[in-house]
Amino acid sequence: MTCPFRDLWPLRGGGEITRLGDVDALDLARWQFAVTTLYHFIFVPITIGLSALVAVLQTVWLRTGKSEYLRATKFFGKLFLINFAMGVVTGIVQEFQFGMNWSNYSRFVGDIFGAPLAIEGLLAFFLESTFLGLWMFGWERLPRRVHLACIWLVAIGTQLSAYFILAANAWMQHPVGYRINAERGRAELTDFVAVLTNSTALVAYAHTFMACFVTAGAFMLAVAGWHLRRRNQPEVFRPALRLAGWVVLVAGLGVVVTGDLQARVMTDQQPMKMAAAEALYSTTDGASFSLFTVGSLDGHEELFSIRVPKLLSLMATTSPDGRVEGVDNLQAAYAAQLGPGDYRPLIPVTYWSFRLMIGFGVLAMLVAALTLWHARRERPRLARWVWPAAIWAVALPLLANSTGWIFTEMGRQPWTVFGVLKTADSVSPEVGVADVALSLGVFTVLYGILAVIELLLMVRYVRAGAPEEEQRPAEDGVDRPLAFAY
Amino acid sequence: MQLTTVWFGLIAILWCGYFLLEGFDFGVGVLLPVIGRTERQRRVLINTIGPVWDGNEVWLVVAGGATFAAFPEWYATLFSGFYLPLLLILLALIVRGVAFEYRGKVDSAAWRRRWDIGIFVGSAVPAFLWGVAFGNIVRGVRLDADHEYVGSFVDLLNPYALLGGITTLALFTLHGAVFLALKTDGEVRARAGALAVRLGLAALLVAGGFLSWTQWMRTDLTGAVLSAAAAASLAGGVGAAKLRREGWAFVGTAAAIVLATVALFATLFPEVLPSTVAAANSLTVHNASATPYTLKIMTWVAAFCTPVVLAYQGWTYWVFRRRLRVEDIPQAAAEPAGGQTEAAVRQPGL
Repeated sequence: MTCPFRDLWPLRGGGEITRLGDVDALDLARWQFAVTTLYHFIFVPITIGLSALVAVLQTVWLRTGKSEYLRATKFFGKLFLINFAMGVVTGIVQEFQFGMNWSNYSRFVGDIFGAPLAIEGLLAFFLESTFLGLWMFGWERLPRRVHLACIWLVAIGTQLSAYFILAANAWMQHPVGYRINAERGRAELTDFVAVLTNSTALVAYAHTFMACFVTAGAFMLAVAGWHLRRRNQPEVFRPALRLAGWVVLVAGLGVVVTGDLQARVMTDQQPMKMAAAEALYSTTDGASFSLFTVGSLDGHEELFSIRVPKLLSLMATTSPDGRVEGVDNLQAAYAAQLGPGDYRPLIPVTYWSFRLMIGFGVLAMLVAALTLWHARRERPRLARWVWPAAIWAVALPLLANSTGWIFTEMGRQPWTVFGVLKTADSVSPEVGVADVALSLGVFTVLYGILAVIELLLMVRYVRAGAPEEEQRPAEDGVDRPLAFAY
Repeated sequence: MQLTTVWFGLIAILWCGYFLLEGFDFGVGVLLPVIGRTERQRRVLINTIGPVWDGNEVWLVVAGGATFAAFPEWYATLFSGFYLPLLLILLALIVRGVAFEYRGKVDSAAWRRRWDIGIFVGSAVPAFLWGVAFGNIVRGVRLDADHEYVGSFVDLLNPYALLGGITTLALFTLHGAVFLALKTDGEVRARAGALAVRLGLAALLVAGGFLSWTQWMRTDLTGAVLSAAAAASLAGGVGAAKLRREGWAFVGTAAAIVLATVALFATLFPEVLPSTVAAANSLTVHNASATPYTLKIMTWVAAFCTPVVLAYQGWTYWVFRRRLRVEDIPQAAAEPAGGQTEAAVRQPGL
């Protein structure tokens, strides 16, 4: 009798089984990366945006002395902490995962990719975590201005972190400042400044920065809307709603502008991704943009679509008659240049993720505009659906963020490092399918459980409303219990 | 000195910082059910590390990132080879981090008890597995000619590495007890102090055994001297705990952890992951390293950032230097404060 586990987890090691039926370790490692990264990126933009918004609320309190801003600071601060914890613990997985599931990738790019990761930790994570601890436990302990500086430093830390990790990702989209060392079989850094000032990194950072504020703004809008609908604590939630609504609108505009810049950079650097975004098969001058299409899934046949003439060319090249290269033409060109192979991403995925990203984002802005307009003077007939719309709109930026990342990463396939290293060559060669399946399974289950818990806590703390605060003279020297103690 | 040597040293320092700092917060987590007899005592325990545990964990993140940047081959082989132990460590760290933040957020004994289990397991598992991992690194593992790990999970559970795990678990638990005696007052302080003495003798025994085995296996003069110094510091720390000199006890356990970690790295050098298959297959600071250019940039970054980080982390400890007493813990912070929709059910103070 043979024990199935003995084959899957060989006790003696070596010759790992990396394929079992139709499933191989590569597929599972890709799924794990998708699951853990998208999950991590639910919390990250809220952390980035909300840290700054809480800092703004606290600054306003300190400058005006109005207690409703202190109450708002503490209320949104609690929600921020609930969210932050999840962002932190799911972040460590990201760093370890490169080595665990993608060791060939790590070997190949470590000389370049490791540096921004290490600097992110040294410069950003230390700053965030240390000053967040000081902020949480420093209420009543630190002088007020110093305490305020702590939350601002947290906000700055999150920005630094975003920049370095996006610079690392941008290098995968558009590798610069490197050479290939054939003898060592790896890419080597030749110009670090080029990596940090990669045009792809700059536009991606700008786009993500704006998206984070849309996300956090929509979060705050939903929470404030929930209370205003019930006429709860309007003195706290009316100013919060106004702040949040304007943040969504202004940052939303920023997302559009930076997204437009990014599209042009992408057309230039990864033309296949742009072609795949529109499922444009043949090179076209003055290409139209379809809002949606009903057709065969491989996209070669189209049954019905709504199109905006020349919009794709305008997005890709700034000229309505500009030329956008098609998937088939690019495939032929790559095959001629790099040898036989399939250089196309999964077109239905790129096509729909691109549209959904834009659609969710625009919808979030519309809801914010509507809510702001409604909040100025409530119209009883509209209230029945404006408030629910504002509350449920919390999901829209999250969905836009996820579809945006799905588009960016799936649109780069079959490459991990565009034009340099393929995904299939990046996976850990000695990690068996059983190991990856196990880790994918436990992460999915654990993340699922934690999502439920986090959601329940959020709802509970949102419903509780803002705490009552007595106004105290600053630094009266009285010993008080820890305000935000665990 | 070569930059590869510098970075080997810096990574050793990062692990020292990690074990020194996260060591005591692991210890506090392990001791939570032992020393925290009442709910408010347990909250005193957790709040002693409340402002700092997350910053302490960043030392691990930076150690990982620095290994990736400075020794990509080491990072790639180690992380893919030690797959299941690292998976367990990740799961433990996730549960533990969330538990700290969420345990006090709902006022229910059952809720808190579940998270307390999370804190205990989430602290004990990594405290043990880091020792197992380092035991295997020093002992060497099966690496093929491509420097790929070809051993199995079971190979990692050899007696020497398991003793390493028991050593780190014992050291960190002791370190946590000493930390608690230093940072609290009243009943918790007395209980932690008494426990530190008993734990100290056990830790001295296993750590002494592990470090001797290490030197018997891979004799290295520097490593031997450092190991002896680690044992002496540990003995000194335990002695100070016995005399209720809590500050000196902490200095003693802290020095012991740092010296023992440095001893392991010194014994390892210039290898970073020896192969038990053939010496030529071993990963060393030379064949695992990044380019001199990358190392140079990273050196500048580390030279500028590290002092600043040390300064503000040190300042955090200064801000929260006071001993924590049961009276510092707000009575019913468990429930969301204020609000109009849910009247918080306030428990009488324990």
